[in-house]
Amino acid sequence: MVSPTTMAAVRASGAVPKAEYLLAVEGVRKEFPGVVALDDVSFRLKRGTVHALMGENGAGKSTLMKILAGIYTPDKGEVKFKGVDIRLKSPLDALENGIAMIHQELNLMPFMTVAENIWIRREPLTRLGFVDHGEMNRKTADLFKRLNIALDPQAEVRDLSIANRQMVEIAKAVSYESDVLIMDEPTSALTEREVAHLFTIIRDLRSQGIGIVYITHKMNELFEIADEFSVFRDGKYIGTHASTDVTRDDIIKMMVGREITQMFPKEEVPIGDVVLSVKDLCLKDVFHDVSFDVRAGEILGVAGLVGSGRSNVAETLFGVTPASSGSIAINGKSVTIGSPTEAIRNRMAFLTEDRKDTGCLLILDILENMQIAVLQDKFVKMGFVDQKAVSAKCEEMARKLRVKTPNLQERIENLSGGNQQKALIGRWLLTNPRILILDEPTRGIDVGAKAEIHRLVTELARDGVAVIMISSEMPEVLGMSDRVMVMHEGRVTGFLDRAEATQVKVMELAAQ
Amino acid sequence: MNTKIEASAATAVPSASKRRIPPEFNIFLVLVGIALVYEILGWIFIGQSFLMNSQRLTIMILQVAVIGIIAVGVTQVIITGGIDLSSGSVVGVTAMIAASVAQASTWPRALYPALTDLPAIVPIGLGLCIGLLAGLINGWLIAKTKIPPFIATLGMMVSARGLSKWYTKGQPVSGLTDQFNFIGTGIWPVIVFLAVALIFHIALRYTRYGKFTYAIGANVQAARVSGINVEAHLIKVYAIAGMLAGLAGVVTAARAQTAQAGMGVMYELDAIAATVIGGTSLAGGVGRITGTVIGTVILGVMTSGFTFLRVDAYYQEIVKGMIIVAAVVVDVYRQKKRKTV
Repeated sequence: MVSPTTMAAVRASGAVPKAEYLLAVEGVRKEFPGVVALDDVSFRLKRGTVHALMGENGAGKSTLMKILAGIYTPDKGEVKFKGVDIRLKSPLDALENGIAMIHQELNLMPFMTVAENIWIRREPLTRLGFVDHGEMNRKTADLFKRLNIALDPQAEVRDLSIANRQMVEIAKAVSYESDVLIMDEPTSALTEREVAHLFTIIRDLRSQGIGIVYITHKMNELFEIADEFSVFRDGKYIGTHASTDVTRDDIIKMMVGREITQMFPKEEVPIGDVVLSVKDLCLKDVFHDVSFDVRAGEILGVAGLVGSGRSNVAETLFGVTPASSGSIAINGKSVTIGSPTEAIRNRMAFLTEDRKDTGCLLILDILENMQIAVLQDKFVKMGFVDQKAVSAKCEEMARKLRVKTPNLQERIENLSGGNQQKALIGRWLLTNPRILILDEPTRGIDVGAKAEIHRLVTELARDGVAVIMISSEMPEVLGMSDRVMVMHEGRVTGFLDRAEATQVKVMELAAQ
Repeated sequence: MNTKIEASAATAVPSASKRRIPPEFNIFLVLVGIALVYEILGWIFIGQSFLMNSQRLTIMILQVAVIGIIAVGVTQVIITGGIDLSSGSVVGVTAMIAASVAQASTWPRALYPALTDLPAIVPIGLGLCIGLLAGLINGWLIAKTKIPPFIATLGMMVSARGLSKWYTKGQPVSGLTDQFNFIGTGIWPVIVFLAVALIFHIALRYTRYGKFTYAIGANVQAARVSGINVEAHLIKVYAIAGMLAGLAGVVTAARAQTAQAGMGVMYELDAIAATVIGGTSLAGGVGRITGTVIGTVILGVMTSGFTFLRVDAYYQEIVKGMIIVAAVVVDVYRQKKRKTV
């Protein structure tokens, strides 16, 4: 293993033969607590090519990309850069070696100029040690000319559109004379014309011998811009092909072609009347014309890629971000839900996607965490909490859900992810909901707890609760749902019945 | 100060049935420690006892009773993750306005000659209302405009002070009725303090208001999703803090038997200090009134002890500043410790 600084020296000496591959990853493994994110993954990037990474949510693309960019270090395996083993210690390390990453969430400083953003940390100085703004702006203008970007180096970044910020990020990456450019879904916020401009720039960079790693969910982009692509699934490397050799269907098959081995305790329960009916629900600039019904005892699975608007629909249904238009009816009666308080009053419950950010009251104990929602309208007399009664209910619920803890006075942050999730589900079950929205109910929890939660959801459906379950895990969606609703870029692209829903069909609707 | 105690609290995680030592116990030990240090230094340098002097202890507790009343409100604000810088100025403005309707007819320069000799309930009620109003404005600004509590209450701090000076163009308001002055006499300020502390201790521990206050401080997003009307609740909390500052203003005027525009300067900082010393976390979600009461007494003991040891007032301020910083350092350390568990 050679340190990057030595590496730079070696490169400068010219002693290293020109390697066939710019980047070569062999047998890389990366584990996070409870999950193997990458397992024996290989990946090779050729000089002067655009190489797309494809895969479902959680397939391992992002983890691989972060390893390449020096954000994570692999637990096992090697990364060769231009034929030499390297071990990157930080993103800065990667950058100085010629590997630049353009993040999805742009990392620019809004109150500084374009030029200042590009040359930060490397500002040209005058003889007196002050920043030479003239020189800096000149260098920026040259860079922009080379990339055919029409931007004023002295403009403040906060005045730029997302597309133009993206251009600034790219120019910044290029300014490091990088050999490898990693782009994480760079077109997600761009219009068609801006995408065309971006692609011109990418082709130009490619012709200069730069290797580009391009992460995308969009099939048509793959055919338009990528020379090669690699597919990942569940943290494993599936294969690499030239994009001219394959069809869309081939790629989808590679992305989803797993066996469904996990057993789901799905029960056929009698499905009752429509409980929740949603019509033309819109949230401006986020999702549009979402319509669906959920019946008592039914589990409606919601599939879609990250950013398809699934979670936003859930938040809007629950009043976290009230709808800009559309209607919601519960048991045939039209309701307006302007806040979670109103949603709870309508006997809805919402297990949010992010346990830590929007679920747990981390520094409080399990009891406080479980009772907080039910205290809205029960167990309170004249403002005073009937602690004995509510504690008894919480104890009973915790036992029923098998929350593993010595007692409920333990801080919730000391529980494992699965037990935290069970406690949060308990929080909602105490309110006795008739509509239960679950957003990624089993994300980041171990297999045992997962199975218990699946069993629990099935039981709730049997009791007549209408369940909406958002999940990025295809087996979970297919295994648990009576119907699957698929979303893509803020729109519902289709419904699939349990009988007809397959991984391929869902993926086709999710990645149009 | 109590880093060792913190460490043991953090590692005592899965103790099954054992009842935990309340966190206030640590703070109480600190109080006892400080008092003992003064006791020993007293015998060495002055040749007398610090603690065996009921008169000194009475004066000490009287001096901090007003700070304590404010701190009970500030504690609740800080538990929600906010801050209130306006309480000192609210003390000033309520003292002035309450006093102006508490003047006796025998006083030759009454501000409102038509409104003299009113029953004490009028100025007291008015004072509470003024404080409540200031708190409502704070809460409304924070909840509705989403400006940081620091800025909202800083604005109130400056404006309320200005208002109290403008009210009489800087003249003090004197000649208050005996009935009004009564609540400032003897041990009454301490009784008011302890009554207020008891009420809000109960409110925080046993009512829904309390549960929601902690929940908002622990995770405002989760609290909102759990159905708590966060905006309305924050307005309530700031309004209560304002009302308690108003009460402190009334007591201050009654105790001094006069009101001046400069009353309550820096009280907000003493109240915040008492709260933080008492174990309330500036990060929100953690804190108890009992801790704040002990924190208030610690402030009192420190000041009284310095005077007892004949330490120059300048040094007192220097040391007080350092102690406040130390309390926050302990808080930050505690946060870090928790994250690494």
